[in-house]
Amino acid sequence: MATPQQTAKRQQPAGNPIARILRFGLTVLILLIAFYGLYLGFLFLREGDRPKWFMALAAIVWGVGGVALLYYLFNSLVELLPVKWTTRLQPLVFVGPGIALLIWFLALPALRTLYISLFGRNGPPTLPLTLLLSAPGEYFAALSTQFVGWNNYIAVFTDRLMLGALRNNILFWIGIATPLTVISGLLIAVLADRSNFERAAKSIIFMPMAISFVGASVIWNFIYEVNAPGSPQIGLLNAVVVALGGQPHGWTNYTAISPWNNLFLVIIVVWLQTGFAMVLLSAAIKGIPEEILEAARVDGATEIQLFFRIMIPYLMATIIAVTTTIIIFTLKIFDVVWVMTGGQFGTDVIATQFYRQSFINRNSGFGSAIAIILLVAVTPVMVYNLRRLRDQEAFR
Amino acid sequence: MKSARAANFTRSLLVNGILAMVVILWLIPVIGLLVSSFRERFDIQTSPWWGVLPHRDWVETKTINPRELGLDANAPMTVEGITATFEELRIGVEDGDTRLIWIGNRRLGTVQVQEKKWTATANLNLENYRQVLQGTDVEIKHSDGTLETVRGDDFSSALLNSLTVAVPSTVIPILIAAFAAYGFAWMSFPGKRFWFALVVALLVVPLQIALVPVLRDFAGLHLNGTFLGIWLAHTGFGLPLATFLLYSYIRALPRETLESAFIDGASHFTIFTRLILPLSVPALASIAIFQFLWVWNDYLVALIILGSDPKTRVVTMKLAAIVGDRGQDWHLLTSGAFMSMIVPLTVFFLLQRYFVRGLLAGSVKG
Repeated sequence: MATPQQTAKRQQPAGNPIARILRFGLTVLILLIAFYGLYLGFLFLREGDRPKWFMALAAIVWGVGGVALLYYLFNSLVELLPVKWTTRLQPLVFVGPGIALLIWFLALPALRTLYISLFGRNGPPTLPLTLLLSAPGEYFAALSTQFVGWNNYIAVFTDRLMLGALRNNILFWIGIATPLTVISGLLIAVLADRSNFERAAKSIIFMPMAISFVGASVIWNFIYEVNAPGSPQIGLLNAVVVALGGQPHGWTNYTAISPWNNLFLVIIVVWLQTGFAMVLLSAAIKGIPEEILEAARVDGATEIQLFFRIMIPYLMATIIAVTTTIIIFTLKIFDVVWVMTGGQFGTDVIATQFYRQSFINRNSGFGSAIAIILLVAVTPVMVYNLRRLRDQEAFR
Repeated sequence: MKSARAANFTRSLLVNGILAMVVILWLIPVIGLLVSSFRERFDIQTSPWWGVLPHRDWVETKTINPRELGLDANAPMTVEGITATFEELRIGVEDGDTRLIWIGNRRLGTVQVQEKKWTATANLNLENYRQVLQGTDVEIKHSDGTLETVRGDDFSSALLNSLTVAVPSTVIPILIAAFAAYGFAWMSFPGKRFWFALVVALLVVPLQIALVPVLRDFAGLHLNGTFLGIWLAHTGFGLPLATFLLYSYIRALPRETLESAFIDGASHFTIFTRLILPLSVPALASIAIFQFLWVWNDYLVALIILGSDPKTRVVTMKLAAIVGDRGQDWHLLTSGAFMSMIVPLTVFFLLQRYFVRGLLAGSVKG
């Protein structure tokens, strides 16, 4: 069987070594010109003094075309090398940029955030690396002035606002929003499966998934809108409450019922995410063999028994997957809370605290410690994913 | 047999009925927003949006000037056969299907005669959209004929900014992920398993972890507030999922097709562009929709990297700014929110099939 390495020889351009070197030099030259052109494009875009639509179009062409061009040129360069080097370097051209970006934007930042979290307000002082080599003692002495050890983590678990945020994330977002989303998704999936307008119904329940959290916040702000008692209520919820003889309230800022005002934020996310749970569970329901359900019906099982004894066990794997995804999502919940209440009225969550500490209070040590808590919270899922990857590879 | 059929019918009615109610419940918030976005500012603030539906309400039939009738507001008055004091008239005096109500102050006010009728306050137009979209001054014509000049909210340029952010932030990571996925699936290189494990590990990493260090790097590179900066950030954050999903897809393509192409002497690059990319269109489409919706709807990354500079401000930022500054301007919020939703909703309804397929692929593996 031919492997890529063996056949790669065929694609090599024929000709003498001098011609090859010339072509190689030409490609390098083109690459340099391309880099220069892209740099000029960047300067042009940063100026931004042309009409908006033109700038937008230019930005898109520059960004997308530039990346494609760079891949093409680097690959041409590598293919002009001797075969041995082509096979060695081509993976670098294909996989390298992706890996480099992953390291720059996710892997290294995780380590750097961990490092920052061990320091005070301003993070570790910026010291020249040469100092570490010339006078390591001085370097570490300067570091230790800002070093606070685990203090930020102690603060995370003792600060009053932070404790409120942790309570909201655990009690309301993981404890209430997640099961509510999964259960309503499951019930709607089961109902839709037996209805006469399954596709239309699923489409509509799923639709909020396309709406931004900011947009959804506007939609629900309008539902919770409150006018002075006596004047007509333009918010749907208060209109219903007043019609039933109740008092109108601002609901999300109704601190008298705190912390239960969080429920009005939870409703928004349930509205947004139920479609996600429904789509996955609905696909799993279609996978339940009809014979099993028929057999149970023949044996005289009621629909309720069918649901709890056959469907739920059958769907368990999907239910767990969906629940995990939504838990990870609700751990990071930010937009809805930030736009609706700004984290006031006892509705703070971990991510709003992170934002406030890192970017408003400019306390990067504390903010980084909060981010690390988020990372630690998702680690079990990460480990599980890696285990599955290993099992799959061992299977091959 | 007959009773079984009847039971089936009842069950079907029940299932369809409950589902229809749930669907309506899900739709009402969006309908309220959409209807309100066409209503006039004053109407939105004084009457509920469901008033555009036919309902029974008090409708003015005529206005009486009490001074012309020689009435004294300081004593009980008789108008249209109803006798009441000024204080009672201020609140409104009802008599069957007629109601009298005093409008204005004691000295100069008038008495309105109202009747309960079927009515609908449907006074819908596109003025809010005009005001919210334009960047220049907008002349608003009120229903009473007066003109008012207001500053437009320039959503059109926010929409353009969103497109400028979202299109490259969708195409670039998918391009890079496709190259990487091909490399992982079809090339051999040292450390391949380790690097792929890294991709899998980073799937669930919350992006909060990256924001502070990335912002510091960007400050050094003068990338804060630039489109290039946010493209890079969205590319980095979107890569793990895109690479993982594309890898699963490319890996599952029939091996024979590729091997015969190798035997024919095609290079990796040719096979990738001529064979793999066209074959992967379904997977590319579903990932593209995901990433596009995610970037378009993103608020946090835009907030931190682009900030509120009007030159680069995206729709979510703009909308959130109106919520914060002018939370009572429902005529702008409703039309603005709808403008921000129209692009993702169109993408969603046109390409829903691919979107669902992508979701299912992601969940089976994840």
